[in-house]
Amino acid sequence: MAEVTLIDAVTMAMAWELEHDPMVVILGEDVGVNGGVFRATAGLQKRFGVDRVQDTPLAEGMIAGISIGMATQGMRPIAEIQFMGFIYPTVDQMINHAGRIRNRTRGRLTCPMVLRAPFGGGIHAPEHHSESTEALFAHMPGIRVVIPSSPARAYGLLLAAIRDPDPVVFLEPKRIYRLNKQEVEDNGKALPLDVCYILREGTDVTLVTWGAMIFETIKAVDQLARNGVSCEVIDLATISPIDYETILESVEKTGRLVIVHEAARSCGVGAEIAAIVAEKGMYDLKGPIRRVTGYDVVMPLFRREMDYLPSVSKIVDAIGAAMHD
Amino acid sequence: METIADFEVQYSQFLNPEGKPSSDIPELAKEPDALIGLYRAMTETRVFDTKAVNLQRTGKLGTYASSLGHEAAHVGIAAAMREDDVLAPSYRETGTMLYRGVRMEELLLYWGGDERGSDFADVKNDFPYCVPIATQCLHAAGAAMAFQLRGESRCAVSLNGDGGTSEGAFYEAMNVAGARNLPVIFIVINNKWAISLPIEEQTATKTLAQKAVAAGIPGIQVDGNDVIAVRHWVERALARARKGEGACLIETVTYRLSDHTTADDASRYRKKEDVEAAWKVEPLIRIRKYLTELGIWDEEKEKALLEDAADKVDIAVQKYLNTPKPPVESMFDYMYKELPEFLEEQREHAIRYADKNGGEHG
Ligand SMILES: Cc1ncc(C[n+]2csc(CCOP(=O)(O)OP(=O)(O)O)c2C)c(N)n1
Ligand SMILES: [Mg+2]
Repeated sequence: MAEVTLIDAVTMAMAWELEHDPMVVILGEDVGVNGGVFRATAGLQKRFGVDRVQDTPLAEGMIAGISIGMATQGMRPIAEIQFMGFIYPTVDQMINHAGRIRNRTRGRLTCPMVLRAPFGGGIHAPEHHSESTEALFAHMPGIRVVIPSSPARAYGLLLAAIRDPDPVVFLEPKRIYRLNKQEVEDNGKALPLDVCYILREGTDVTLVTWGAMIFETIKAVDQLARNGVSCEVIDLATISPIDYETILESVEKTGRLVIVHEAARSCGVGAEIAAIVAEKGMYDLKGPIRRVTGYDVVMPLFRREMDYLPSVSKIVDAIGAAMHD
Repeated sequence: METIADFEVQYSQFLNPEGKPSSDIPELAKEPDALIGLYRAMTETRVFDTKAVNLQRTGKLGTYASSLGHEAAHVGIAAAMREDDVLAPSYRETGTMLYRGVRMEELLLYWGGDERGSDFADVKNDFPYCVPIATQCLHAAGAAMAFQLRGESRCAVSLNGDGGTSEGAFYEAMNVAGARNLPVIFIVINNKWAISLPIEEQTATKTLAQKAVAAGIPGIQVDGNDVIAVRHWVERALARARKGEGACLIETVTYRLSDHTTADDASRYRKKEDVEAAWKVEPLIRIRKYLTELGIWDEEKEKALLEDAADKVDIAVQKYLNTPKPPVESMFDYMYKELPEFLEEQREHAIRYADKNGGEHG
């Protein structure tokens, strides 16, 4: 078994599917000879040819639109958008077509495509390269939004996304692309979508988070464990549709909920989780639900980006406050 | 069948790579002060650029998009503009911005991760760098519409790369400019590469200039390494637009001599020989040769210019390096004219945790 990083796992999953499903193609800017600006498709064009791994002209609306066209005709396109900051031209295609085509045609045409993009801050990147706007896509009916937070989940969830019969926006937390390595068996086994993953079991507080924020959250939880606070950490993994059952069960046990995400707070995915827990788990709560999030401001350029993002101390303090309710 | 539409694309070069002028070289090329001014600005751009790349390599600047090889295009464009025209650049046109009066330390602040780099002290109406490709083309068209509606004799100038011509916004902007006869000039800086994608794979079109045809505006291709040609044709285009004759497209053909940005490694996707060949036709050599031929330039002047440029850049670098981080609350304070109340709490939260969040990355 190989020890791989999150980005290696993304490459492995795509290679597996290219190898085993002739309908799979990769499209995107600089994904071919260059292997992607983050190297996610490194070596794939050489191995599978220019038809299967295609450099496209520079136009994201086009990339999403032709992916939809291909998907409706039986292909399984995996489209790469270079950075989430450049995904917005795809919004028209995704909301008006990818998410609707099955419903509009009563199932006659479907759209099994994946739109991959690196997202998130903390890597000292230029303007427009650090935002987290997963909530935009989570708000679109008919589209799944998936975010892995470890090499193993990147591998398994991406395989599942490619095989899924409906469109999936697969967002990769680039800050942890190469943070750590994990043993991942390249066996083509997918992990289930639409479920959360419990990373730590605990009894005092439920923490729900995803992507790179898993790491700050775990650090905070480890720190608090020394003071005897027992936290349950849930990796949301599929951002839409949300697996509420796992979250509600956990809150039933702990009675406290803290949500951590790096996206802006208002109308963020945390707001949806809080709403559901308020609707269905209100009487299990010992105190108010708390959120540690990015602020409702334009993501600052990198000299101040760490002050924008949730940090270990912000999370520790939020959990501490929840414990005192 | 009959032909109902037809087009041709003109190409213009006045100074060849050896610095030899063509017979139809414009009057401008005979004015020593103007020529030396252009050469000086191009040299300063290159000295600044080299320094910026070095700052990035030593961890003192973030990712930076080099202007190496684009100096003639960058400076020629700016030199043709009037002060009250408006520039909508992409992220690479350092030479144009410097010539327009943006300060070197401002550009460094931007690439150093500080918003104040886009708050130009001396340039009031130009747009800042634009990273989302080709979105700025529409802003230029909109600025031009504002000038037109108010009856001002100002023009807007939009800059983007060869890759940017594939984006919808580029066509949309040219189309509206044609349809409404807007005083806007679209300039495509064709440096042959969009990161790793060569122009031949970006589009099947023979020239980018001909993309103007479908928008019903004139298009011309000029040698983007010939500062005289760039300046001349941009000036002509602006004069036309100012007279109410509408938009046009100018393709300046040059070459990206650097990696795409400091985060890129171009050796992965292009041949050393191609880059070496491009160095032979780069823009500084030919104008220097021409000036020398005219008897208005020599080694001594060259040395003085380089020293002068280095001093200027050093002063800017010191100012940049001595600028403290922006205050944490500044991320809130420019969001709206008045801070909405709900943001007060977040602002206080940010201040409370300032600089306790894992420190500054780099
Ligand atoms: C909308 C959008 N998509 C993708 C990118 C990422 N990106 C930055 S530069 C670049 C290539 C641009 O090539 P070109 O237009 O030729 O300009 P050049 O960099 O050569 O000056 C790409 C794909 C971006 N900044 N914006
Ligand atoms: Mg280019």
